[in-house]
Amino acid sequence: MKDSMIRGADIVVRSLIAENAEIIFGYPGGAIMPVYDALHDYHDELRHVLTRHEQGAIHAAQGYARVSGKVGVCLATSGPGATNLITGMADAQIDSTPLVCITGQVASHLLGTDAFQETDVVGISMPGTKWNIQVRRVEDIAPAIAKGFYIARSGRPGPVLIDITKDAQQDFGQFNYQPCLGFRSYRTHIPIEKTAIQEASFLINMAKRPYVLFGQGVVLGQAEAELKAFLEKSGIPAACTLLGSGALSEDHPNYVGKLGMHGNYAPNLLTNQCDILIAVGMRFDDRVTGDLKRYAKQAKVIHLELDPAEINKNVKCEVAVLGSCKDSLALLTSAVKENSYPEWMAKFKELADQERATVIDPDLTPTKPGLTMGEVIHQINKYKADDAVLVTDVGQHQMISWRYFNYKKPRTQVTSGGLGTMGFALPAALGAQMYDFSRQVVCVVGDGGIQMTIQELGTIMQTKAPVKIVLLNNNFLGMVRQWQQMFFDKRYSFTELDNPDFIKIAEAYNIQAQKVTERGDLQEAIEDMLIHDGPYFLEVVVEKEDNVFPMIATGCSVEEVRLS
Amino acid sequence: MKRYTIFVITENFIGILNRITIIFTRRGINIDALTASESRLEGIHRITIEVTASEDTVIQLVNQIEKIIDVIKAFYHEDESVVYQEIALYKIPVSRLDGGLEKIIRQHNAKIIAAEPDFVVLELTGHKEQTQELLEILKGYGLLEFARSGRVAVAKRMLTIDSFVK
Repeated sequence: MKDSMIRGADIVVRSLIAENAEIIFGYPGGAIMPVYDALHDYHDELRHVLTRHEQGAIHAAQGYARVSGKVGVCLATSGPGATNLITGMADAQIDSTPLVCITGQVASHLLGTDAFQETDVVGISMPGTKWNIQVRRVEDIAPAIAKGFYIARSGRPGPVLIDITKDAQQDFGQFNYQPCLGFRSYRTHIPIEKTAIQEASFLINMAKRPYVLFGQGVVLGQAEAELKAFLEKSGIPAACTLLGSGALSEDHPNYVGKLGMHGNYAPNLLTNQCDILIAVGMRFDDRVTGDLKRYAKQAKVIHLELDPAEINKNVKCEVAVLGSCKDSLALLTSAVKENSYPEWMAKFKELADQERATVIDPDLTPTKPGLTMGEVIHQINKYKADDAVLVTDVGQHQMISWRYFNYKKPRTQVTSGGLGTMGFALPAALGAQMYDFSRQVVCVVGDGGIQMTIQELGTIMQTKAPVKIVLLNNNFLGMVRQWQQMFFDKRYSFTELDNPDFIKIAEAYNIQAQKVTERGDLQEAIEDMLIHDGPYFLEVVVEKEDNVFPMIATGCSVEEVRLS
Repeated sequence: MKRYTIFVITENFIGILNRITIIFTRRGINIDALTASESRLEGIHRITIEVTASEDTVIQLVNQIEKIIDVIKAFYHEDESVVYQEIALYKIPVSRLDGGLEKIIRQHNAKIIAAEPDFVVLELTGHKEQTQELLEILKGYGLLEFARSGRVAVAKRMLTIDSFVK
């Protein structure tokens, strides 16, 4: 009998392999050492990436999950190791990213005694995870991991934490892996109600100015083809949220642009002129809606959504179509008439032309001497592959990159949307690249954010992940500075940075680096970067005090979107 | 703002109460009273939460509670659609027992459930308004201690939890 018994730590690793995990990101420490010892025996089946900080590990797992559609896995020790994962969990929770986070915990007899590196990570992470559990017995390890993977990837995805005491990792138990196929308190499949489809198609068929807003739900539900088919038959214009980018190619004729605080002019403004608003897999975040009291009040809202808690949360809807949008969009496509709305479409075009003349042209082809963030992205567009992944951090560069990057394929957009986590980009780009070395991964980051997780250059050096890092350096915390300029009388309180020599830092990590300060050198530098075999660090010194427009200021209505 | 009773049918797992209460805490909503007990079915607990809020808020609370992985079902009722009781205990010094108090006990249908050399304990079961009324009166009788339970309640509609537990 004893012969068939294996250590709990081996059960952890073999369970991960049974769930088809190929790579995990982590950092060792006392309470997780048995699992690290076990990992040593499974080099061929399960790759481990040693990051330089646990926050780097979880953001890397997020980046990996976002581009692969698989569950990202990270590993950390108890106490500080576990608490360093919290930001990433909160980020994954709000952006619906499937993660399994495994933490070591002090031995069960020490629980509650303030033992060395003991922290109640299950308690701390409760509001920031989809589900969490503490495992104290070896026989509970495999079922917890099976349940964790199932919960992380099914329904509306999210992060799961499994905290395993050290004694459970060291004890011996049987290994007979049973994948989780569901349980009674958790419903993942919601059949689409026929009446909801009838009501929705009735409204759509009567509409004069219908309008589709799509979000990340389309990507998570793998409903890109269904969205495209629906739009092509119905003829309805469609705009995307930040995380919805990539669900529909930006070259598609129905695509009219981006929503939200720094989205496009027409999509925001015309939200308050449509008669039927069809929201697909999006949650009416406040950065999308602006003032809710003045948001689309003239429109009847149809909400296609998997999570019942999102229905009527921010915007009251006329028809709720609960369930996966892959199912509901297909049904809706059969139920709606073939149609086109040339006059309505022309309105989008007219406003887009205004935005082009006032904002986009000066951003992309500037005449003033200082480099703009926009022209950097514009050059990247010229040379990037169609399926290149853009990973961004948080701030001005994030909004500019999102506005100007030409998204053509699903899962090409990785950014911290809901939580707005500075420091996300560098480790997330590493994780995205680890999924596929042959795919272009461009990491655009600001001089503030990169310094929050700059240590992950070490992980990039060690893994040789060919991430292309583009640092847009304006020596400012630019977005905060923009707000200080616009709303706080230009009182630049603690937003200007004395920066290090980033090129020296990159070179110290053995990463090829180049700095561009003149417009004339930009195009060639970007070409050099994108063809370089291996990681590359490009610093572009941009105009210090540029602002991102259009903008819907906090508390304003979508129709108050400003071009300057 | 109105008083609502939220019923939560849940697996009996560690931490479930915490998961539920943080949903209220996060929104700055006070829980008026809470009781937890086993249900008719083994392994399944029911939690009864009393809250004063707008209906929109209560709907969101219920949706968020139901989103908790280990929660089987959550629903809410207005006072009119539930049958509910609360129990209150009042500790009175023996020295204050007199004919007046005896009359009060009779009028309110309260019971003396314990008598010690120094004090007696009265019990009253009913709605909060009733137990509160007796409380106000007994304050005039040197009330030493008072405790009131949360609401125990059952819904009036003929729907059983079996339909959610499969």
